[in-house]
Amino acid sequence: MTAEQTSAKPAPAIDALAPVPIGGQSPWLAMLSAQSFWVTVAVTVTCVAMSIAYPRAFGTEENFFNITRNFSFIAIMALGETLVIIIGGIDLSVGSIMGVSGVVLGLMMFHGMSFWLSAAAAIAAGAAFGLVNGWLVSYLRLSAFVVTLGTLSIGRSLALAISNNKMFYEFGPDQRLLLDLGGGSTWGVANSVWILVILAIVLGVALKLTAWGRHVYAVGGNESAARLTGVSVDRVRLSVYVLSGVLSAVAAILTVGWLGSVTNALGLTYELRVIASSVIGGVNLMGGEGGAYGTVIGSVLIEVIRNTLNMAGVDPYWQGTFVGLFIIFAVLLEKVRGLRLR
Amino acid sequence: MPVLELRNLSKHFGAIEALVGVDLALESGEILGLMGDNGAGKSTLVRIIAGNFRPTGGEMLIEGRAVHFHKPAQARDAGIEVVYQDLALCDNLTASANIFLGREMRRRAGPFQWLDERSMHARARALFAELKSETRPADLVKSMSGGQRQAVAIARTRLAQAKIVLMDEPTAAISVRQVAEVLDLVRRLRDQGMAVLLISHRMPDVFAVANRIAVLRRGHKVADKPANDTSPEEVTGLITGAIRAA
Repeated sequence: MTAEQTSAKPAPAIDALAPVPIGGQSPWLAMLSAQSFWVTVAVTVTCVAMSIAYPRAFGTEENFFNITRNFSFIAIMALGETLVIIIGGIDLSVGSIMGVSGVVLGLMMFHGMSFWLSAAAAIAAGAAFGLVNGWLVSYLRLSAFVVTLGTLSIGRSLALAISNNKMFYEFGPDQRLLLDLGGGSTWGVANSVWILVILAIVLGVALKLTAWGRHVYAVGGNESAARLTGVSVDRVRLSVYVLSGVLSAVAAILTVGWLGSVTNALGLTYELRVIASSVIGGVNLMGGEGGAYGTVIGSVLIEVIRNTLNMAGVDPYWQGTFVGLFIIFAVLLEKVRGLRLR
Repeated sequence: MPVLELRNLSKHFGAIEALVGVDLALESGEILGLMGDNGAGKSTLVRIIAGNFRPTGGEMLIEGRAVHFHKPAQARDAGIEVVYQDLALCDNLTASANIFLGREMRRRAGPFQWLDERSMHARARALFAELKSETRPADLVKSMSGGQRQAVAIARTRLAQAKIVLMDEPTAAISVRQVAEVLDLVRRLRDQGMAVLLISHRMPDVFAVANRIAVLRRGHKVADKPANDTSPEEVTGLITGAIRAA
């Protein structure tokens, strides 16, 4: 919604008499009205209920290890997606970027190059895709949906072309390092989860405490206002798409390490799960709202539901239906919260 | 010496003459009401002064020095602040975040920089106190009344110690009760020595606060006189063309 629309609507005369409206000042109220809070409640309730119902299967250290590792890859990508959605855009190409980056990594390591060089190349590939997305959207003012739909197709085709439709599972001298990084664990927690935690904290802090973060929200809230007040809107937008590409590449490196192999199909249709995580975690598709914590907890919820359905013996074919219902429910919840604020 | 002076300013958009040879002077501590019908050239004039458009001809002087703005940031650096008709606020941010948008106060430690939220809140609170507005710095703009939103937009102009404030239809979109509140804000800006250019359709609002009234019709300035020497009837005639000039 633009400021013009809101200000054009005459405010009711009673406003001047009413007490100063709530919003922003009470931390308790803010927490209760945050979608991420309710998703956290849902996750906790599900986990407790499942641990009681299936103590031998669900409530085990091993299962929790699996759950956390499984959502970490999606959550890392969703962090970038969240940034893009906060500024009012969308990035449909994250899954394809993951595919390209994974194939670049696999191909280089297969040819005996070091892990660090290959990882740097994979990240550079992700950044390049982000740069193209961001440049087309920011400077040529093309629709984010269409641009990233295009790069989704280009990325997938590039992954196929670069890999020549081959699978890579031998990663040269640094194979051990790659497999440990993606598949190993530290202090009982999967490495990919540690990396997710670090990235989420860094991003959360950057969003809340830096001028860049403030500008990200400002661009999503009212782009023309941000521009008029001197925010470099195009640069902020470009940075966000580049970060989304880079984070997809990071997720690709970790996923390849975990799977121990890579094909051009890596990350296929992941964009749907990534966007779902962001939306369930409280990111507003209209822009201007969302955060790092919500995104992580959103992807946790999806994985917990999947896991729960498995344990409860629900046919895996139905998983997509449940995830879909949660997405719709999340948007509905947003609508209800919006009504209450008005 | 006027703080802002326009000499023979004109602006063409292709064959359309939006402004034709407009002279205008604005003194510190003065509210100049700029009136005119839709399409008379008011918005074009504001946008030229604010650095959004470049004039086709003529001169613009600030404190006697000629200026040429290529973008809005240069106008702001020269001491010109604009309160836009749609207020240009981000609903999803707090009052204080909006005031400081694009010029946040920061603290630095080594390579890291972060927002100095406490100082910004304190400064915002002081600005609202100065404007005698009850708006609170930590409130979200989306939960605010039209008057409070105006206060946020006006407080923003006080941040940079501007010399000139351009206000584009500040009372167009708010309730009658809040109009008085906003006009008080305008008077306070004047009392603090700013030059205010008030663009408005609303005759009573202009007569309530303006020292001087200028009228544009079809890109020409057809009147420029003290508010005491004219009347709403005369100004209406000038706007519509029933009176050719005064």
